[in-house]
Amino acid sequence: MSKITGAQMLLKCLEKEGVDVIFGYPGGVMIPIYDAIFDGNLRHILVRHEQCAAHAADGYARATGKTGVCMATSGPGGTNLVTGIANAYMDSIPMVAITGQVATGVIGTDAFQEADITGITSPITKHNYLVKSIEELPVVVKEAFYIASTGRPGPVLVDIPVDVLKSLIDKNTKVEVKLNGYKPTYKGNLRQIKQAAKKIFSSKKPVIFAGGGIISSGASSILTEFAKKANLPVITTLLGKGCFPENDELSLRIAGMHGTKYANLAFTETDLIIAVGVRFDDRVTGKLSEFAPEAEVIHIDIDPAEIGKNIKTNIPIVGDAKSVLKDLSNEYEKIISSKGNTDRSEWLGRLKGLKQKYPLKYDRDSKKLKPAYIVEKIYEVTKGDAIICTEVGQNQMWAAQFYKSSQPRTFISSGGLGTMGFGLPASIGAKVGRPDKTVIDIAGDGSIQMVSQELATAVTGKVPIKIMLLNNGYLGMVRQWQELFYNRRYSETCIKNCVDFVKLVEAYGGVGLRVKEKRDVEGAIKKALEINNLVLVDFWIEMEENVFPMVAPGAPINKMLEDNK
Amino acid sequence: MNHIISVLVENKAGVLAKISSLFSRRGFNIESLAVGPTENDEISRITIVVNAEKHGIEQVVKQLYKLINVIKIQELDPLNIVERELVLIKVSTDSKTRAEVLEIVNIFRANIVDVGKKSLLVEITGTRSKVNALEEMLRPYGILELVRTGKIACSRGSKS
Ligand SMILES: Cc1ncc(C[n+]2csc(CCOP(=O)(O)OP(=O)(O)O)c2C)c(N)n1
Ligand SMILES: [Mg+2]
Repeated sequence: MSKITGAQMLLKCLEKEGVDVIFGYPGGVMIPIYDAIFDGNLRHILVRHEQCAAHAADGYARATGKTGVCMATSGPGGTNLVTGIANAYMDSIPMVAITGQVATGVIGTDAFQEADITGITSPITKHNYLVKSIEELPVVVKEAFYIASTGRPGPVLVDIPVDVLKSLIDKNTKVEVKLNGYKPTYKGNLRQIKQAAKKIFSSKKPVIFAGGGIISSGASSILTEFAKKANLPVITTLLGKGCFPENDELSLRIAGMHGTKYANLAFTETDLIIAVGVRFDDRVTGKLSEFAPEAEVIHIDIDPAEIGKNIKTNIPIVGDAKSVLKDLSNEYEKIISSKGNTDRSEWLGRLKGLKQKYPLKYDRDSKKLKPAYIVEKIYEVTKGDAIICTEVGQNQMWAAQFYKSSQPRTFISSGGLGTMGFGLPASIGAKVGRPDKTVIDIAGDGSIQMVSQELATAVTGKVPIKIMLLNNGYLGMVRQWQELFYNRRYSETCIKNCVDFVKLVEAYGGVGLRVKEKRDVEGAIKKALEINNLVLVDFWIEMEENVFPMVAPGAPINKMLEDNK
Repeated sequence: MNHIISVLVENKAGVLAKISSLFSRRGFNIESLAVGPTENDEISRITIVVNAEKHGIEQVVKQLYKLINVIKIQELDPLNIVERELVLIKVSTDSKTRAEVLEIVNIFRANIVDVGKKSLLVEITGTRSKVNALEEMLRPYGILELVRTGKIACSRGSKS
């Protein structure tokens, strides 16, 4: 019988789960693991702050569909992960977070660098474990990956005391997983699905409302097929962006606070919402009591707790988006092959009219440097084929509005938690997972400063991401609210000239470019993409540009504020 | 309205904390809670009484189901269960009142489980209303201490 340490066993288990990279940061109790990494083949990306290990694992997972793995030491290492874990939890991203813990014998004594990380993360993980003995370790790791990646995905934390990492275990220990309380429903109820198909067939003004669930279940192509077959217009959430090609005729793009006016109006007029993998977040629905007043709702989701949580549902279907949409498409096919397809030309015509009347717009003729212009140029230069990550704020909304995504897993943004500083580490993770792709972080000057130390990770880890910094000198989204709702009292939101971003990125060994003129935008983007290194382009955009249209917080979504400057 | 929720969970460390924190996180106040192993010692039963309206309860039950260690949840129908609570009441007595207290205890079919110089310890098992009635009767004599287990309940008939 050959014995290995807990740390070696952990790596062996990770390899068995198909893990090819870990984002992490060492510390005292983690040395056994790092010692094992020293000899092994597992790639490790050393971040500069643990929060970014979690965000990078998150970005990796979003870009690849695989479970992202991050790692941190006990105490402050674990607590630094918290924001990243919460972010993944809110957006249902499969992630396994591994933390070191003080030795089992001193747990509960406030030992040096002890923190109750399973207690702390219990509300922000799908599940978590404290591994109390070496025998449990392989079972726990297997369960953790299974739970993180199945059903409604989410982060799982595994906390491992240092003595467990050091103790010995038989290399070929058999692993038996027993999860009595966990059986996600994949197949939808066929009776409900038949009813849904009938309802869709007879609806005059239906819309599909598609969210992140489509992307996590890999249902984009069946969604697209079904929408085309049944002539259904498609609205997505921010997280659903890319699950249906946004340049398709049937796409109404994204709805909500900064969604398109035509999507919001479509919600107001529709008689049937076919919601798939969405949770009717308040940023989408606006004032709930006035949301979609005419509509009946078919709600398809793998998480029964989401159905009926925020809005009344007429036909609930619990199941995996891909499986249910397949069945639904089949049932629909049966109906139309006997009765012929429904004529939706009136509704589609109406929507086409709204699209023409209320396009997303900005002052194209302006001589000034407009962020929307920059995003459009990024779209043109990359031919819509890049993976776009965003920070949070105006930059995120401009990116969502003006970069049309046509593939799933190519638009990566912090939705539920709205975490500033997500984009840079997430783009590092995405690029590590998809080295074949151009990966761009469309950033804000405030957000990037929350994580700017990760410029080092990109350079030393050889992860040549491109940062397109929409530098407005403000915490722009907050400033916009102050302008609109607080009488232009810009309290603590001006951050201009606080750092020279070009010098900053150069200090880390990356390349910095600065653009102040509209005519230089395209050239700078092209140049950035040609350089095989981290590049940051510092675009000095018009400082008080706003994101429009906009639904004021708490207002109904059909009442949108427009640009009247 | 009060709801009785009976939750079967894997008997593992931290499970109770996860369940109770879920209630507080979602804004529910637990009225009472009783935990103990079942006929299978790998499985525990948690009986929770919670005050909420119907939609809220449905939501919390769905959220509870999402906890990996939760195996089964039943919302018990108050009209079709046997519910019990055990309460210990320490009543102040003296030579004059002792006989009266004993009589009340007998009427309620409660038991005296300890006798002190100036007190009696009364044990009563029953429904909340029975327990409350006894408490009211004893209050005038002076209740020194009152300890309740929290409600447990079982549905009637053979179905589990
Ligand atoms: C961690 C965190 N802190 C605070 C906020 C609140 N917030 C939302 S947007 C925003 C401003 C973002 O500024 P910047 O990154 O420059 O983006 P801009 O809106 O200017 O494009 C702030 C402070 C947040 N979302 N996340
Ligand atoms: Mg800014």
